This record gives sequence, structure tokens and C-alpha cells, in this order.
Amino acid sequence: MKENLYNYILGIADNSLILGQRLGELTGHGPSLETDIACTNISLDLFGQVRSYFQYAAKIAGDDRTEDDIAMLRKEREYKNVLLVEQPNTNFAYTMARQFLFDVYHLAFLAELQKSTDLTLSAIANKCIKEVSYHERFSSDWIRRLGDGTEESKAKMQEAIDGLWTYTDELFHQTETDKAMVTEGIGVDVTKLKDTYYTRVSAVLDESTLETPESKWFQKGGKEGIHTEHLGYLLTELQYMQRTYPNMEW
Amino acid sequence: MTTTEQNIDEILIPILEKVSDPEIPVLSIMDMGVVRSAVIKNSIVKVEITPTYSGCPAMDVIGDDIKSALKQAGYESKIELILHPAWTTDWITPRGRKALEDYGIAAPLSAEADKDVLLNDKRIVKCTNCGSQNTRLVSQFGSTACKAQFQCDDCQEPFDYFKCLK
Repeated sequence: MKENLYNYILGIADNSLILGQRLGELTGHGPSLETDIACTNISLDLFGQVRSYFQYAAKIAGDDRTEDDIAMLRKEREYKNVLLVEQPNTNFAYTMARQFLFDVYHLAFLAELQKSTDLTLSAIANKCIKEVSYHERFSSDWIRRLGDGTEESKAKMQEAIDGLWTYTDELFHQTETDKAMVTEGIGVDVTKLKDTYYTRVSAVLDESTLETPESKWFQKGGKEGIHTEHLGYLLTELQYMQRTYPNMEW
Repeated sequence: MTTTEQNIDEILIPILEKVSDPEIPVLSIMDMGVVRSAVIKNSIVKVEITPTYSGCPAMDVIGDDIKSALKQAGYESKIELILHPAWTTDWITPRGRKALEDYGIAAPLSAEADKDVLLNDKRIVKCTNCGSQNTRLVSQFGSTACKAQFQCDDCQEPFDYFKCLK
């Protein structure tokens, strides 16, 4: 089995899986009907993307592993998502800030993944990028609306951006797997996305009359499987059925 | 480059045309453009379909429905999901667009007009009830991943708009 490729795919897909699960938590709990539907629709897109990735990973694994096993039966340390996406839904400003900070990265990442020499990955990227550009439109729109909104909405959005800023740098860290995949022409060199990312984020923050944080203190660890305490709770819910009734199928 | 060519055996067309999107029953999967190829090989039909949106829950149902429609016609089949080239709303046929409109869903505009409508509050989407273009976006996301919600300010009818995907 191609160990590096398998791990690389999981690293990409886990971001969508965990963020999709977070957004799914808002089903029936969104601040308004429209935003509720929007968050769950984005969640659905992300889960669809995860299925494409995990089906491919299962094929590479070549044993009797299925997409569901990969999604449901790993331990916390085996999930390689970035810390940003596992942060909990607190208020809507925070949820949208988390979405925006990830969407800008996701869009830049997929644009590069389309050029992968791995044809399955480039096809998945080509499909997903259309959906993700719509997500980014939606989340950046909310940054503007709340940032350039009322005194209260602006304060909440600024607080959310400040609070999540510490998780942005990790997006551009390279793991050993990443490096190997870049060398093979399969993976994306995330270090090269950094400038584009911060330029785009700052531009939207400017437009929204928000401050771009200056803090240089960043958290990391997710890509190595070292997570914030929030992931454990999320996985408890995500994996509940499989843990309680092993091997159950829908 | 992506290719938009379809490779569908003529004998199979009438069978596949009877299968519809479970979310939009008036729209056949042929008119939606999700069937990319259907060929008979060694008496087994191999059908390739492409999802509209990655997470579209209708895809599994569509696969099952194709299988049973072909079985009724006496064919065994194998369904394969392909991602490349990615589906675009350009593949919806003129007949499909009309079916959408008749059903109360506004058909997708061109990519540029679509952007104007979804981002810049332009009023150009035609109300499916009264035909007025005095309509506004209510929500960027609608009842399914492929639609956005609109309302007509003349007749007050709320309706779905099928978003342009390109």
C-alpha cells in the first residue's frame, strides 16, 4: 500500500470531516432558518467531499477497510485535521469566522490540488472547488455584514477573529508526508499559499472595518494528531453509533 | 481539458429517460445531464453517472433507480460514479430547463448573471409564478444544495432558483 498517499488523503479529508461535523451540530440550531440551512448545506458538501477522499483512501488501503471505517473507527490521535476546524460553535460570529478562515485556505489549496499528478485527487479538487468557492462567498459575506454592522456585531466578530487567529498559521505547516507528496508532484506545497491567504483575509477584514490581528503567537499540533480538548467531545458524538453497536450499517 | 461528450447506447435512452431525480421528480436524469455514458458489454449495462454536488444524497437513489429500471427492461447493470469532468448546469438540456420552470424552479442563469443575482442583489431571476423579474434573494442556500431561495416582490410567490454551477 502507498502509505504516504493514504495518510496524505486522510490529512486533507479530516479537515472537511471535522468541520462538516461541527456545522452539522447546527442542524435545527442555527440563528435563523436561512443560516441554519446554509450551514447544513455546507456541511453536506463537505461530507460529500470526504466520501470521495475516503473511498479513494479505502481503495489504496486495499484491505477490507471501508470509507465508514476510516471516518468512524480511528482514535483521536489518528485524526490529522488542523486545530482551527475542531473549535466549537460558540456564537454565530465565531462560527462564520472559523468558516471564513478555513474557506480562504481551502479554496487556495484546491486550486493547487487540481494540478496534482494524481488524477483522482485532481478530479476531486476540480469538483470540490466549485462548491468551496460558494462557501467562501457565503462566509466572507457574513464577515462583512457583522464586521461592518452594529457595534455589538462588530465587537463579536472582532473577538472571534482575534480568538481564532492563533490557529491560522498551522494551515501552512508541512508534515513529513506533505513533503514527500510535494516531491512526487502529488501534494500541494502549503507553505506557498501563505501570502495569498493572509492578503485575501486582510482584504476582507479591511472591507469589514475589522482589524487584522498582529499576534505572532500560533498554536499547532493538529496535523500531528495532537488536538485541543474539543476534538474528543466531537468524536464521541461522531462515533457514538459505531462504538455502541459495532459494525452496524444504515 | 474537460470533455462534455456523452456515450449513450440509443437502445437505453428511453429506459434512462424514465428515471428522474428524486428531489425534482419532473426532471429526468437524462435532461439533468448526470448520465455520462451507458453501454452494453457482454449483456451487462455499464452506466457512468456524475454527481451534481459532492454530497448530493440523491445520487445513491438515482443509482438504485437506474438499476431497477434497467432490470425491468431485462438488463443487469453496473453503476459507476465518476467525478471528472465535473458536472455543470450547462449540461441541463433545454427540455430539462423547461421542466424545471414548469415545476416552479427558476432555471440557472449564465455564470455572470448568476453572480450578479447571488452577490450583487440584481433583480433578474424570473418569477416562476408570474414572470416578473422584480425578485429578490432570500437565502443563498435553499431546500437542496443546488438551489437558492427567492421571492417575487410583485406576486409575493416564494420560489427556488437552480444555482449556476460551472
